Amino acid sequence: MKPLWIRNGRVIDPANHVDAVRDLWIVDGRIADTKPPGDAEILDATGRVVAPGLIDLHVHLREPGRSDKETIATGTRCAARGGFTSVVCMPNTTPAADNTGVIAFIKQRAAEAGGVNVFPAGAITKELAGEELAPIGSLKKAGVVAITDDGRCVQNNELMRRAVEYAKMFALPVLDHCQDDNLSADGVMHEGYWSVALGLRGWPAAAEDVIVARNILLAELADWHIHCQHLSSARSVQLVREAKKRGVKISAEACPHHFTLTDAALKNYDTNYKMNPPLRTEADRQALLEGLADGTIDCIASDHAPHCAYEKEVEFDAAPFGIIGLETELALALELVHQKVLSLPALIEKFTVNPARLLGLDRGTLAVGAPGDVTVMAPDWEWTYDVTQSASKSRNTPFHGRQLRGKAVATIVAGRIVWREE
Amino acid sequence: MRFAWKHKDLLGIEPLTAEEITYILDAARAFKQVGERTVKKVPSLRGKTQINLFIEPSTRTRTSFELAATRLSADVINIATSASSLVKGETLKDTARNLEAMNADIIVIRHSAAGAPHFLAARLKASVINAGDGAHEHPTQALLDAFTIREKFGRLSGLNVTILGDVLYSRVARSNIWLLTKMGAKITLAGPSTLVPRVFEQFGCRVTHDIEEAIRDADVINLLRIQHERQRKTMFPGIGEYAALFGLNQERFARAKPTALIMHPGPINRGVEVDSEIADGARSVILQQVTNGLAVRMAVLFLCTGGKL
Repeated sequence: MKPLWIRNGRVIDPANHVDAVRDLWIVDGRIADTKPPGDAEILDATGRVVAPGLIDLHVHLREPGRSDKETIATGTRCAARGGFTSVVCMPNTTPAADNTGVIAFIKQRAAEAGGVNVFPAGAITKELAGEELAPIGSLKKAGVVAITDDGRCVQNNELMRRAVEYAKMFALPVLDHCQDDNLSADGVMHEGYWSVALGLRGWPAAAEDVIVARNILLAELADWHIHCQHLSSARSVQLVREAKKRGVKISAEACPHHFTLTDAALKNYDTNYKMNPPLRTEADRQALLEGLADGTIDCIASDHAPHCAYEKEVEFDAAPFGIIGLETELALALELVHQKVLSLPALIEKFTVNPARLLGLDRGTLAVGAPGDVTVMAPDWEWTYDVTQSASKSRNTPFHGRQLRGKAVATIVAGRIVWREE
Repeated sequence: MRFAWKHKDLLGIEPLTAEEITYILDAARAFKQVGERTVKKVPSLRGKTQINLFIEPSTRTRTSFELAATRLSADVINIATSASSLVKGETLKDTARNLEAMNADIIVIRHSAAGAPHFLAARLKASVINAGDGAHEHPTQALLDAFTIREKFGRLSGLNVTILGDVLYSRVARSNIWLLTKMGAKITLAGPSTLVPRVFEQFGCRVTHDIEEAIRDADVINLLRIQHERQRKTMFPGIGEYAALFGLNQERFARAKPTALIMHPGPINRGVEVDSEIADGARSVILQQVTNGLAVRMAVLFLCTGGKL
């Protein structure tokens, strides 16, 4: 493969405190800072931003088991179009990724797809049932980068404590979907004015907050890392902020839908606004923005959750939770830059060095010798999201037809352009 | 001024204006007279087909809609089923497509899921009438309650209406709250704090957990059925305690205004939310509500299918 020469872009590499217009080379799949001898493929990045390849640490690729919703091939194509060079896929597949066979299958499928890097997360408990530990050590050997029962939350505090202690031995972070099942019960949306107005069962923010508090205490007890997935509530942001000040090994992510929309959007019972955790109030949304701005929230993730049209086109109560998000994620996150909530380097940090450090990946950096994963983006490119043209097998998004500003124009994995805006 | 009704569907009270509510109530007054004649039938909906789609059990509302349609000369089919997408039966979308294929003019839907009527209305050319969706709305119940109150007091504005009981899970309460606030009545909600949470203050209601205070100044006391069997056991300790703390008994009722009306959407749990003597007493208008329900539903069916007064 010829070296790739990315010319004249604004290189933003937060891991190395770089923000300057310069050239970048990828030679033999790795970052280089000088032009190699001989021919090179040239990518003109004039007027573009050149960043380390973006990492989404929370996606559902649905394989094995639900390839009618998504496959590793289609899901990773979405990732490439969205500017992501690496994704972490959740273990709530069928069968669950609670054994080395499923991990091997995912890795094989990802290799066949040949696009972006797929890093599997393994289960915390067998069948995500919250009762017995999964073989976490074997999962680590098979290549998982984290453990999580995402979609479920380990309700048994003792079991969660042991999972964190055990995972520490393998330096695996524990990602938790924070939800107290008794408090959330049969809720289908945020509990508040709108759930009362719509007559839908609500799940209070407190159902998230008690588990975030639990996780902070257990992270302290085990002295190991718990990462709170998709924070949606103001109080949870506050809890994480305070715990970080004390030096607790706790981190958090936020999803574009939670920092973009509120529960008022549910007023027409559109199931594309049904997700878990649910959209909450404007005060919660503001708290997420503050948490993103002050660094309390480390990462941005899509929680890309494809569902078939026939599954979503039902009564609100009956619809599954979740929306697709990989293709709109970067543009919605760039709105934070346009609105001056975050600087562009601070945003890129949440997509690169922060998730890489959390997961122990040698990525998220443009240091010489690092894997040649690069995202070239046009932060001011105006476009309209048309889900009918999506690379996903599913169409469940509330952002169809939304005017967006900013997108990835080239996604480069190990020096190879896997997607490019024509 | 010539007012024109412009809605194809009646999905709830929340989207209606005070003027539109008044218009339905005025129309219902004319239809009430039809039910008092020897020949209780007018040809207004002759040739129209109405399907009562009841995906949640109901006897009185379904019967009322059926009779209302019959009195307007419509042809009525009842589909009662517990099958829905919630229990892996036929999906509501497929049901909707079938109804469309039958070219029905009116779909009256009762469903345990909030928003199900909106789902149908967005997909069907037929008029969709909400006969109760989950804990969301039961618009014709609120209209018949308002009709009954207006018949007795000549107005709604300025009246004190107390709604007592399981407000949180009640579609009747929600539709009444929207209607009465739009019409200028003052609403007090009362019941256990778990079933009558403070969030209802954001809807313009006064919230209290003291039944005596709640009924003291009430012109109307609307009692909701306690559905203990459908609730989680954590909501209140039990029927006995509910009756002791919040049941409307003779002693409590004696302290209400002598003109206060007693209403109940039915079916009544005698001895739980209300004593029999009160439910059957002189100030109870519970059966008049049933009669008025027919008139209000005739008016709604007539207006939503394009009828002109």
